[in-house]
Amino acid sequence: MIRLGKPALLRIGLIVGSVALLEIASQAGWIDPVSFIPPSEMFVAALQILSQGQYARDIWLTLSSAAAAIVLAVIVGFLGGLLLARLPRLRRVVDPLLMSWYAVPIFVFYPMLIVIFGLNRWPLIALGFLFSIVAMAVNTLNGVERIPAVQIRTARTLRMGAVRTTLKVRLPASLPFVFTGVKLTIVYSFIAIIGGEFLLSGAGFGYQIAFAYNNFDNPTMYGLMLLLLVFVGTLNMILHTIEHRLYQRRVMKEAV
Amino acid sequence: MVNDAVMTTPRATPAGPQGQSEVHVALDGVAKVFAGRDGGQAVHALGPVSFELRKGEFFSVVGPSGCGKSTLLDVIAGLTEPTEGDIRFEGRPVSGEVPEGVAVVFQEDASFPWLNVFDNAAFGGRQMGIGEAEVCARVDYALGFMGLTDFARAYPAQLSGGMRQRVCIARAMVQRPRLMLLDEPFGALDQQTRLLMGEETLKLWRVTGSTIMLITHSIDEAVLLSDRIGVMSARPGCFLDILETGWHRDRGSETALDPRYGQLQSEIWGRLREESLKALGAAR
Repeated sequence: MIRLGKPALLRIGLIVGSVALLEIASQAGWIDPVSFIPPSEMFVAALQILSQGQYARDIWLTLSSAAAAIVLAVIVGFLGGLLLARLPRLRRVVDPLLMSWYAVPIFVFYPMLIVIFGLNRWPLIALGFLFSIVAMAVNTLNGVERIPAVQIRTARTLRMGAVRTTLKVRLPASLPFVFTGVKLTIVYSFIAIIGGEFLLSGAGFGYQIAFAYNNFDNPTMYGLMLLLLVFVGTLNMILHTIEHRLYQRRVMKEAV
Repeated sequence: MVNDAVMTTPRATPAGPQGQSEVHVALDGVAKVFAGRDGGQAVHALGPVSFELRKGEFFSVVGPSGCGKSTLLDVIAGLTEPTEGDIRFEGRPVSGEVPEGVAVVFQEDASFPWLNVFDNAAFGGRQMGIGEAEVCARVDYALGFMGLTDFARAYPAQLSGGMRQRVCIARAMVQRPRLMLLDEPFGALDQQTRLLMGEETLKLWRVTGSTIMLITHSIDEAVLLSDRIGVMSARPGCFLDILETGWHRDRGSETALDPRYGQLQSEIWGRLREESLKALGAAR
């Protein structure tokens, strides 16, 4: 049985209270119920969207694009982080660029990405990739840099080669940081892809929210938004739980 | 419970100190100079050193801080290439790679925090490609030997510093090395734990028959545990003297009651005092 602590209970209370307040405010007409429909109607709209399946293709398109961006960013970012850890001179060169990466409004590159990849999903995937790869690389770098030298020396005493040392020592040793990178990669990829669809694309979850908004189809807009929030929120909670466990194993209080 | 079959070690128990004559490791004119960084001055850390480790002996190295003790261990282990000189382990040259049959235990905690005690101890054996059943039998024995059987499923973060160091020694044991290099493995432990760990190491040495080279700051520890003690000079570290203790192989903490114990301590300190002052002066 899961026992929730006081902060978790307060958090749940805050969310439930906010939803209840919105429901009352909308039902009672304190806020405009046309432009801000009650949460209960949002919930019904979300269920209808799911049961009718009319947005299944868009949902699939968004999820598959995000998955492609995440996989690419995780692999390339991880390898990039390892490379930067091995090449300090290269790191000194690119460090300022990495630090200022998130100051760049990445969406301005979309036209350029269309020129490179054509009018298909790949420009959006590239947006997701570019938006998330630095988080993955920097977290990998942080993790690898924190590996105690004695663990690598131990691998050497066991005559482990570079690949085996990476798989059996570097990766697990840096896993909590690498996982934080994976978590951020997932979050940033979704932000970039849904944002890109909302502003720039002709299909996908983000596009359908924008389409419903432009056509004053508030139930659909809020239903889609609710589905997206539930999905991303659940995903984030799962990732947070895994991340917490990974860190916890290493900082357990002495139980002996 | 310790498996009797496993407890019988694969090698014959070597003769006592008097009978240890076979050369296990030979160093001939070994020196190490670290190149200066960013145009800085090169550091002559070690040597030239020439000496031999006899098969099955317990050899300790004492010397002032920064005299190159750990560098000496690194070059013997193959973790660092010597700038000059020749190192041979069992007659074969050591260069660039840790030879098969050598295990190293470091001063720092080298347990892997993501593995439990059992898997930590099994890590080396698994990497060496030993069959899983054999690894498990060896780990069970090593954990029993180190008093860690009840903690097999615990993670390093749940253990004390001394227990984590025992996990690392258990990992070395599972490899069944012919040469164990111990780089101040008890340096970070409190005095009581340190004494107990010393006794465990002696027991380990007797049971396995491995050659052990211990790097230590502690003159007491070196005198209590060793067949021979190498006393090193301040940097660049060279052996000022190599002393035979003459202890029996079945020695224990009662060795401290032997009049020769105090005599050896004084002798080593007499040698080291000047060198330690030199090292201190260099540090200032």
